[in-house]
Amino acid sequence: MSVPVYLPRPQLQQLFDVLIGYGYRIIGPVARDGAISYDEIVSASALPWGIRVRQEAGVCRLQTASDERGFAWANGPQAIKPLVFAPLEPLWRMSRRGANFEVEAVKAEERPTAVLGVRACDLAALALQDRHFLGGAHVDAHYAARREGLLLVAVNCTHPAPTCFCASTGDGPQAASGFDLALTELDDGYTVSAGSQVGEGLLSHLALLPATPSQLAGVQQALHHAAAVQTRKLPGSNLHDVLLARLDHPRWQEVAERCLACGNCTAVCPTCFCHAETEQATLDAGSSTHRREWDSCFGERHGYIHGKQLRPATLQRYRQWLTHKLATWHEQYGRSGCVGCGRCIAWCPTGIDITEEAAALCAPQP
Amino acid sequence: MNEHRPRIAVHKFASCDGCQLALLNAGEAFLELTRLADIVHFAEAGWYEPAAAVDIAFVEGSISTPEDVERIRAVRASARHLVTIGACATAGGLQALRNGLTQSADWLAAVYASPEYVRSLPDSQPVAAHVAVDVELWGCPVTTEQVLAATGDLLRDIAPAILAEPVCVQCKQRGLACVLVSRGEPCLGPVTRGGCGALCPAVGRACYGCFGPAGLPNTAALARRFEDLGLRREDIARRFLFITPAAQPFRDASRRYQDPERE
Repeated sequence: MSVPVYLPRPQLQQLFDVLIGYGYRIIGPVARDGAISYDEIVSASALPWGIRVRQEAGVCRLQTASDERGFAWANGPQAIKPLVFAPLEPLWRMSRRGANFEVEAVKAEERPTAVLGVRACDLAALALQDRHFLGGAHVDAHYAARREGLLLVAVNCTHPAPTCFCASTGDGPQAASGFDLALTELDDGYTVSAGSQVGEGLLSHLALLPATPSQLAGVQQALHHAAAVQTRKLPGSNLHDVLLARLDHPRWQEVAERCLACGNCTAVCPTCFCHAETEQATLDAGSSTHRREWDSCFGERHGYIHGKQLRPATLQRYRQWLTHKLATWHEQYGRSGCVGCGRCIAWCPTGIDITEEAAALCAPQP
Repeated sequence: MNEHRPRIAVHKFASCDGCQLALLNAGEAFLELTRLADIVHFAEAGWYEPAAAVDIAFVEGSISTPEDVERIRAVRASARHLVTIGACATAGGLQALRNGLTQSADWLAAVYASPEYVRSLPDSQPVAAHVAVDVELWGCPVTTEQVLAATGDLLRDIAPAILAEPVCVQCKQRGLACVLVSRGEPCLGPVTRGGCGALCPAVGRACYGCFGPAGLPNTAALARRFEDLGLRREDIARRFLFITPAAQPFRDASRRYQDPERE
């Protein structure tokens, strides 16, 4: 990582101009529809200046503050996931040719994209998605095409929400790796460091100042504070054995009574990668488009296998989600599937709290 | 494809005709359908042969008169596949709001100049309450995509895949912020079957439940959340009765919040 330098706030637009000059579309945070949303933007003026986000279990409200900060909030319902793991996309098309058929691959969009305002938890989640879609013998071509063109500008999290617990999972609040540039917001500007050669190249185009010792101390203090104020935590970094030993715990039924099985938690989870594949045929079945879309272990089709529903009850679906996320993920990817972003807590319509459920399930039994 | 040309009928019962528009508004796909099959009965489009034997009979509307009961039996007897289209045919529709109400005779007198000519069943009922239904398509109205996908499958003798995933699935795929979480809107999306493409959340409104109950509708938990949001008990009771009031999970949820003395 490079030595931190300083970008005064009025010069933030330079970063936009440089990125656009290199042909990137910029996806950045905006305040929209009562939440922080990542949309295409061309100007620093579109950022959520003076916006705060009050996030609790099942509740998100935007508030305004009198300061000039643009990144003084934790996160929104989505960040990077939809940009690399598309919510719904065609994979291939088949057409009848006489007694045979032809298959034509649908190429993924490969537009270079810079994401501004990425959090440490998002980067940790992206690393997990990379392992899922790019690791092993079978690389996902669509994910790979979009991932390759991705430039990541992290902004360290200085204003975690009460729903956040990245400090307990070890994934935040400071971005450690996986970014091209990392910024930390101060009262009148940003310390900036590069995390890649591409990032170094971008720095050379910006009117930067050396970061002063007091600015660097301010950054350290802000990040220390962001970790210290987090009150939620998981009961351990590896819950594999304890959770799998408690598959008959009465807590599963209790949480199932509160769970809507709506799948919001899985949709906003930045590491959830399950998908369904569906065929969309023309009326005469002359051709068909094979589509992939986000799926959820809370839905009807996820556990349905030729005539049998393997998980007919919400209890089984919630247990599937939690034991995969916090237990069997360790077998698959050598770590938990939770990065502590707290989205599943904030965006659960009934406010189910993964940290509370994990604590209840893992509590010492008499 | 079958050796003979497939024959299709579209029947209407108690309904607003809106679901038939899923076919009439299908554009070129509708012309394609007429190329692949003979539409022998579809009064709204001009074909009239209600007694014709068909491969697929689409039925719109609920069963609400004694004549409807006779007619739906005839439709069933003449159809290889009977497909209900929409909330009325599948769940009794909006008009099932009158089901179980003792005052409905007074209402008839208040509304109609000559109420003696109105002969209704006590309840507005789904088609499946009277005859076997092969495929139920939910929605108010159903979508063209839904009807054409089922038609294509049935033309090839494939059982259509009927999804029961909640509205939230499509809502999140569209990148919408949850209106319940971000605005405190009493959204029925988490307990409602998807298919509309999250139409209402996309304009910042709460879902009205047009596509009926989702696969595992936890209406009790959602109603408790509505209480937390500050909805009055009577508003919660009404909330579940918007479009498919006779669908069991919604009717049960509503009853738990109805004042027993007002019944």
